[in-house]
Amino acid sequence: MADGAASVLDVRDLKTVFRTRGGEIHAVNDVSFHLKPGELLGVVGESGSGKSVTMMSLLRLLPAPPADIRSGKVLLNGKDLLAMSDDQLRAVRGAKVGFVFQDPMTSLNPVFTLGNQIMEPLIKHLKMTKAQAETRAVELLDLVGIPDAKHRLYQYPHQFSGGMRQRVMIAIALACDPDVLIADEPTTALDVTIQAQILELVKELRRKLGMAIIWITHDLGVIAGIADRVMVMYGGQIVEHAPVKELFANPQHPYTRALLQTIPRITGDRETRLKVIEGQPPILSGPLTACPFRARCEYRFDACDAANPARRAVDGQPIGQGHDVACHWTAPARQEPAHA
Amino acid sequence: MLDAAPAPLVQVRDLKMHFPIYTGIFRKHTGDVKAVDGVSFDIMAGQTLGLVGESGCGKSTVGRAMLRLYEPTAGRVVIDGDDVARMAPEALRKKRPTMQMVFQDPQASLNPRMTLAEIVSEPLDEHTDWTRDQKLERVYELMDQVGLNRRFVNRFPHEFSGGQRQRIGIARALALKPRFIVCDEPIAALDVSIQAQVVNLLEDLQEKLGLTYLFISHDLSMVRHLAQKVAVMYLGRIAELSPSKDLYRRPLHPYAEALLSAVNEPDPELAARRNRIILKGDVPSPANPPKGCNFCTRCPKVMDICRTVKPDLLEVEPGRLVACHLYPTKTAAGSTGASEAAVLKNQERNQQGETR
Repeated sequence: MADGAASVLDVRDLKTVFRTRGGEIHAVNDVSFHLKPGELLGVVGESGSGKSVTMMSLLRLLPAPPADIRSGKVLLNGKDLLAMSDDQLRAVRGAKVGFVFQDPMTSLNPVFTLGNQIMEPLIKHLKMTKAQAETRAVELLDLVGIPDAKHRLYQYPHQFSGGMRQRVMIAIALACDPDVLIADEPTTALDVTIQAQILELVKELRRKLGMAIIWITHDLGVIAGIADRVMVMYGGQIVEHAPVKELFANPQHPYTRALLQTIPRITGDRETRLKVIEGQPPILSGPLTACPFRARCEYRFDACDAANPARRAVDGQPIGQGHDVACHWTAPARQEPAHA
Repeated sequence: MLDAAPAPLVQVRDLKMHFPIYTGIFRKHTGDVKAVDGVSFDIMAGQTLGLVGESGCGKSTVGRAMLRLYEPTAGRVVIDGDDVARMAPEALRKKRPTMQMVFQDPQASLNPRMTLAEIVSEPLDEHTDWTRDQKLERVYELMDQVGLNRRFVNRFPHEFSGGQRQRIGIARALALKPRFIVCDEPIAALDVSIQAQVVNLLEDLQEKLGLTYLFISHDLSMVRHLAQKVAVMYLGRIAELSPSKDLYRRPLHPYAEALLSAVNEPDPELAARRNRIILKGDVPSPANPPKGCNFCTRCPKVMDICRTVKPDLLEVEPGRLVACHLYPTKTAAGSTGASEAAVLKNQERNQQGETR
């Protein structure tokens, strides 16, 4: 990527494969993206599109085997995480990069108090004493808007509601003041009013702390509200990437367009019928030799079967900087699609 | 079958579903979780009522209590002329074919050891004396209706994708030609691109077979798409019951307003412009609801009266029922509609006295 130096995180040609008895599953295919300080990058895709696996690969959180990170570089402030030893990497996880998982119900340990779980990274990474860690833990709970923090440190996860637990998860992720926060569907399991609370909280924390955030979701509505840039994933690769306003105003990839049309709105006219993306997401049982979306694409033509389209700039800016798309049909030089 | 066109197919009156809490070594009855606490609505034949609310508000319990999957504590549930809530077991069994359910999680609601044919024909085994061939013929017919390839008939649930599994669940619900189907979050577990497929299928089936749906969901935009009328539930009670187009244009209850404002629209321009109402705190426990209005602990427009008196669900505008103290004057002025609702309410009270 062009301005790798200015990026806090720079991922290049990441490729992750799962070895299973039934053969290899190519879950992440040459994914490249970068993240600037203080920026919020939205990652959109369905289940199986590779969005979570990509983020887990960054910190080598996937069990290996079956997962195998074939190639690529993950540069965090210039240092390659994939080349690090386990010990070195342990000092990065939770300290430089915070992770918030989808399900607040299962990602907290039920037999430890919250205080214990928030203080753990502080004691391990920042070498704080227990008393210091406790003070900091109270500050963190205050920061994420949990009232009566001092008291609640000694409570167990089951004494908290879903929204509260997600706040605690965010507090843990923020404990060591990370450069990058990766949030994997953090609001999916929550109700809309609680989701709105968490989104407000994240916006406020960004203003206060200025860390860079990667926000994974399948909900384009959430992305529209918080992201600066968006990348759309399908079949383990990035099919479209653009600044948020540009993506919603001028979607290029047929998948992005269809995705925007399948969601009914609560304002404006009521659709008489929802647009459907027929078929199922692909099974990635080999390296991609054709466009992964072709089986469900209404614009499919010869080129789609012949080769996997590369990312191509839409607005003349370098790939990953402005608006780019991986699609044969939108290429300026394409032939007219043969109507099937 | 009673089939007067304008009459509602489903009438729910003051439905209550309380789950007892027992504590101490003597398991003393110390309280109740009031999961559903006096819910009333009608569903017209061939229409869809959307039931929305956050998790724990009792919306799924309403659906289950209506079909007697739970024993309702009080209230009437009249489906196609019969009060299901008080039917004797054998009569209820005979009634079951008219009312069916599609469950949220197709993974969990299909027996992993049964094939598609066995799953879909199980209701036929139970309620018909058809031969194997007749049943198989019906299974094929249903598979065509829900868009499943006939070749899949002997496959097991794990061989299907989430969307296909939900189609199996729908086929099973349709097997006995029901008139009324409770759809309990049928799309919540599916991917966005698959949700639209299932929703369109439900709409097609409704049109073709004249089905009546209770569509339970937390997805407000999908409910807007599907339902003619929407009931917004909060903590076991209905906050607002309005025609869908009115509710989404101008919600009257402060909770409905907050809920709608919390929906994320896929439009960054709008998201930047929009004034969101962020509710503070969490939903109170249904075992210990507030004394007054259930929403008074989080309501941005709370008044003194809200903390002491529970508001009744009253017609504040033609066709729109709202349970909120913000609209008392309109009720008094709004004459006929309001009194009608009040009469309805009184009837429900009497009814409730009888059942106890």
